[in-house]
Amino acid sequence: MTEYLIQAQGLHKSFGENHAVNGVSLYVAAGEIYGLVGSDGAGKTTTLRLLVGAMQADAGEMEVGGYDVRKQVERVRSQTGYLSQRFSLYEDLTVLENIRFFAEVRGLSSGEWLPRSMEILDFVGLAEFKDRRAGQLSGGMKQKLGLASALVTRPRVLLLDEPTTGVDPVTRQDFWQLVIKLVSPPIFEENGGMPEGQGGVSVLLTTPYMDEAARCHRVGFMREGKMIAEGTPSELRAMLNGRILELRGQPISLLRKVAHQDGDVEDVQAFGDRLHVRVGENKAEVVLNRLKSRIRSEGGEVTDLRSVPPVLEDVFIALSESESKVSRLWERPTSGDFGLRGQAHD
Amino acid sequence: MNSRLFSIIRKEFIQIIRDPRTLAMILVIPVMQLFLLGYAATTDVRNVPIAVWDQSRSPESRALQDAFRAADYFRIAFDVGSEAELRDLIERGEARAALIIPPDYSERLLEGDAQVAMVLDGSDSTVGTTALSTARLIGQAQATKIMQEQTARSGRGAEFKPPLEVRTQVWYNPDLISAHFMIPGVIGMILFAITSILTATTIVRERERGTIEQLIVTPIRSWELVVGKLTPYVILSLFDTLVVLALGHLWFKVPVRGDLGLIIGLSGLLLLSGLGIGLFASTVANTQQEAMLTTWMTLLPAIFLSGFLFPLEAMPVVLRWISYVIPLRYYLVIIRALLLKGVGLAAIQNEVIALALFGVGIMGAAALRFRKRLD
Repeated sequence: MTEYLIQAQGLHKSFGENHAVNGVSLYVAAGEIYGLVGSDGAGKTTTLRLLVGAMQADAGEMEVGGYDVRKQVERVRSQTGYLSQRFSLYEDLTVLENIRFFAEVRGLSSGEWLPRSMEILDFVGLAEFKDRRAGQLSGGMKQKLGLASALVTRPRVLLLDEPTTGVDPVTRQDFWQLVIKLVSPPIFEENGGMPEGQGGVSVLLTTPYMDEAARCHRVGFMREGKMIAEGTPSELRAMLNGRILELRGQPISLLRKVAHQDGDVEDVQAFGDRLHVRVGENKAEVVLNRLKSRIRSEGGEVTDLRSVPPVLEDVFIALSESESKVSRLWERPTSGDFGLRGQAHD
Repeated sequence: MNSRLFSIIRKEFIQIIRDPRTLAMILVIPVMQLFLLGYAATTDVRNVPIAVWDQSRSPESRALQDAFRAADYFRIAFDVGSEAELRDLIERGEARAALIIPPDYSERLLEGDAQVAMVLDGSDSTVGTTALSTARLIGQAQATKIMQEQTARSGRGAEFKPPLEVRTQVWYNPDLISAHFMIPGVIGMILFAITSILTATTIVRERERGTIEQLIVTPIRSWELVVGKLTPYVILSLFDTLVVLALGHLWFKVPVRGDLGLIIGLSGLLLLSGLGIGLFASTVANTQQEAMLTTWMTLLPAIFLSGFLFPLEAMPVVLRWISYVIPLRYYLVIIRALLLKGVGLAAIQNEVIALALFGVGIMGAAALRFRKRLD
């Protein structure tokens, strides 16, 4: 039976009139990477903060690592690695001092912390910088140090808030390799991996990058404090199957204008040298034929126009828009995993 | 020992050692303040420059000038020949007082109704007041001396004796050295100011730099966080107390008559108040600057209304009431009594109780407000 290390049901959190989190439920299984996406202010960070007890929920049930967040928050915290959006380690301490501090306050004994810290620094590739002050690390190294501090106690639950924002693409790659290694035990071969009888780690992360969301096992899309869609990346992409046309030609501005004028076109987005045109349900065929001739009659040139499989970015944009602009997206059932689940243990 | 607590303490120590500003605040400022206040904040008036307009130019007038010279308080800096000259010196502040001896001084002295004039610059009331009473005393002493001489010369034989004499005895600080009064106050002020400011900024700094978020999600208990963060400052403040006390004793010769253990213990009691105020400020402030301002706003009245510089007895009733909620007030009574009078606990028990109540109260209020949460 699937073990869910993160379970949250009906989370609510308001700041005055602002309902930052408004009835969010989510479940993350052991060995699963779950990505939370959504525009700024959608409530992703607040959700993470509620799960680790950094903020108090107004309502809702939460269990993290098998403990009730409301009643046993310190137990939850000793099971959880949390990486906040802003670098929040001590810049005036060295890499090793930072890790040592967080290892010890999370309960590693004086004999354990050093081998464990070195192991984790090796794991994230910071071992040679162990005596450097954290303030003198590059942005990517800071994020790795943050991850290392979060991982040093081998938590079963990882909550990562935009772990790769402001980090170069190579470091992002490294970072993802680390996360993927984490969820597929054993991580620490020499020590036999995770404690016996337990599966991998549950990772819940937020990201503004759709290519990262695509790497998650499941993605939840938040808007205005609500979880409005959830599923595997392919399930989410399927929501727009047959509704994305790729358009190449000259000049781009004219193509864009003509596409916008078409009544069945809902949205036009530039993807480099081409446009993604989103059309209404079952309108692809009609628009495909109509658009080409219209552009030509306006003096433009079409080099390519065809229906393409949607990418997550298309889905993200569609979900970010108001419901009236996106037809038929809402009636579709999303992934079979979506919906409330009872207690996952026992 | 609780290892989480120990980790926080060690981390805090490393951060203090690496932060030159905090380090200076702990190591340099107390000593600087001690010397600054030990020397500058003195109310001892000495060597006040005065001008003399001696119109008599007689042996008697010179005898009077000698009497002024003999007292340490005045230095005859100018010998002037006109009132205009004298006025000019006082206006420019070069002379703080002027002694005017009339031309007929020696003749009138024989007749028994001589008068001299003393003009005082009252714009500085401390100097003015002291100069006034000193001048009077010198005048009276000189008058007595002259009468004795006259009696002796008239050959009446019997020694002249004034009918009343006040014999003063000054206890604890016989020379009335103001440093002996000031330095115990400096100890109190330093302890109080340093602990409250450092406590306020150390916690707010975590919030300002965002490190509080990572700290919150560790299993550290609130009390461990507070105690762990404050312990280094308690240790360093007590170290400061000893340094200032030692310097005060060795350099300024301030006596240490009371029990050293009692002095340190009761200084620790003052720390509780300083820490409490700092902790409270940190729950109100969002930036280090705000925290600093908040503590300064409570520190300034505390320093002025504690009796550190101005005697409480001279204050209007309302201000005296306010001074009852200022912990430094009680500490100053305690530390002065311990250092100068060498009393035991019994003599200062009311102040000790008041200080303890305040410390526990403010610390409790701050601890209740302190939340290990972001919202």
